[in-house]
Amino acid sequence: MSFDNVYESLTEENDARWAFGTGFEDPLSGVDTSVPSGVDGAALAAYCLMLGDDALVFSHRLQEWCTNAPELEDEVAIANIALDLLGQARLLLARAGKADGSDRSEDSFAFQRAENEFRNVRLAELGGGHFGHLIARLFVFSTWRLALLQRLVSSVDPVLAAIADKGVKEVTYHRDYAAQWLVRLGDGTPLSHERMQEGLDAVWPYVGELFRTHPLELVDAASLRPEFDAVLDQALAAATLVLPTAGELAGVSGRTGRDGVHTESFGFLLAELQSVARAMPDAKW
Amino acid sequence: MVTAEAVAATVTDPELPMLTLADLGVLRSVSEEDGRVVVAITPTYTGCPAMDTMRDDLEHALVSAGYPDVEIRTQLTPAWSSDWISSAGRQKLAAAGIAPPGAAPLRSGPIPLTLSAPVSRVSCPLCGSPDTEEQSRFGATACKALRRCRSCLEPFEHVKEI
Repeated sequence: MSFDNVYESLTEENDARWAFGTGFEDPLSGVDTSVPSGVDGAALAAYCLMLGDDALVFSHRLQEWCTNAPELEDEVAIANIALDLLGQARLLLARAGKADGSDRSEDSFAFQRAENEFRNVRLAELGGGHFGHLIARLFVFSTWRLALLQRLVSSVDPVLAAIADKGVKEVTYHRDYAAQWLVRLGDGTPLSHERMQEGLDAVWPYVGELFRTHPLELVDAASLRPEFDAVLDQALAAATLVLPTAGELAGVSGRTGRDGVHTESFGFLLAELQSVARAMPDAKW
Repeated sequence: MVTAEAVAATVTDPELPMLTLADLGVLRSVSEEDGRVVVAITPTYTGCPAMDTMRDDLEHALVSAGYPDVEIRTQLTPAWSSDWISSAGRQKLAAAGIAPPGAAPLRSGPIPLTLSAPVSRVSCPLCGSPDTEEQSRFGATACKALRRCRSCLEPFEHVKEI
């Protein structure tokens, strides 16, 4: 057997040696993706991209913890959370491609867009730091996303509603995982307490953006704030942590992640995420 | 000729091969439309990487059994629940050393935050002791948690309630 390049050998017809094969099917295959009457397909697509990009980008940051987590169990947990979010991203990006009528694939959205075309909140793209930083980001992100997905269960779009319904079950587990670590570290040793508070303080400037209502959003993000605050109060009290007071990080002329304005580290993230697809545009997986 | 439904019902899950897709509740319906067999499946978890294998296995089984025209459809609603695992499926899981799930939580209104491990209602599938503890809520596959028995000290897996 000879191949022109290594990728060809990976994607040959007989892929039985791969645990799950190499062919990824459209995750919405067989699902009725017609846009309900009265719904603006372009706006629905734009909204699905926002939620899909949040999941895709945050999943990538979580995957960076593989081989870096403090214990094997947490390695597995973080990878599982990343996998759930990647699954949500696949469905949401595929939904966007159907809703706007372009039939653009999930891969095209993920791998062939430039930095300013991504619509994720900046919180999702934050990287680096220690385990306290990770837990703070995961707790804030999951608490917000869970509240959001719960609203979307009654979306006018049945596909988005179905994705949200499934996501609620998954993100409930993500939020519990993060909250339990938050309490263990916050209410632990002086060092772990300090690290957890550091993590929370560092993420805080990115929280305001989560609740800023964007004209294209189907759910009024501001309406999620009371529920978010109540969950935070409960967890911070148990963790003996204090609510940070730092103000919101400004965007550029008021534009932030949802408008395609991102932090410096996002370019590096995308360069890695898209490297194979850009080097081998015809590669299949 | 064996019915298409009976053929589809024999296909097993790639990750839990002791269970059929029907036992797991992933296989939602099998129908025939103008000579074409239409199979609907529902993913257990959104990111479940085994979905493509399930499709391939179903198609292969049906084609081999003499149904050349097969279409596998994804059905997203209602979302899969661990309550859909059949009683036969639960017995097979327990026999394989995997604790079957309890009843899935009912949801209404904002979901309360759980800050401590819930009271254990999971018995050890190896020795039967009810004295078990959760070690990690995430296991080798998305659908399983890791637990340990305090009586026989053996670790075991538990299919999560969702």
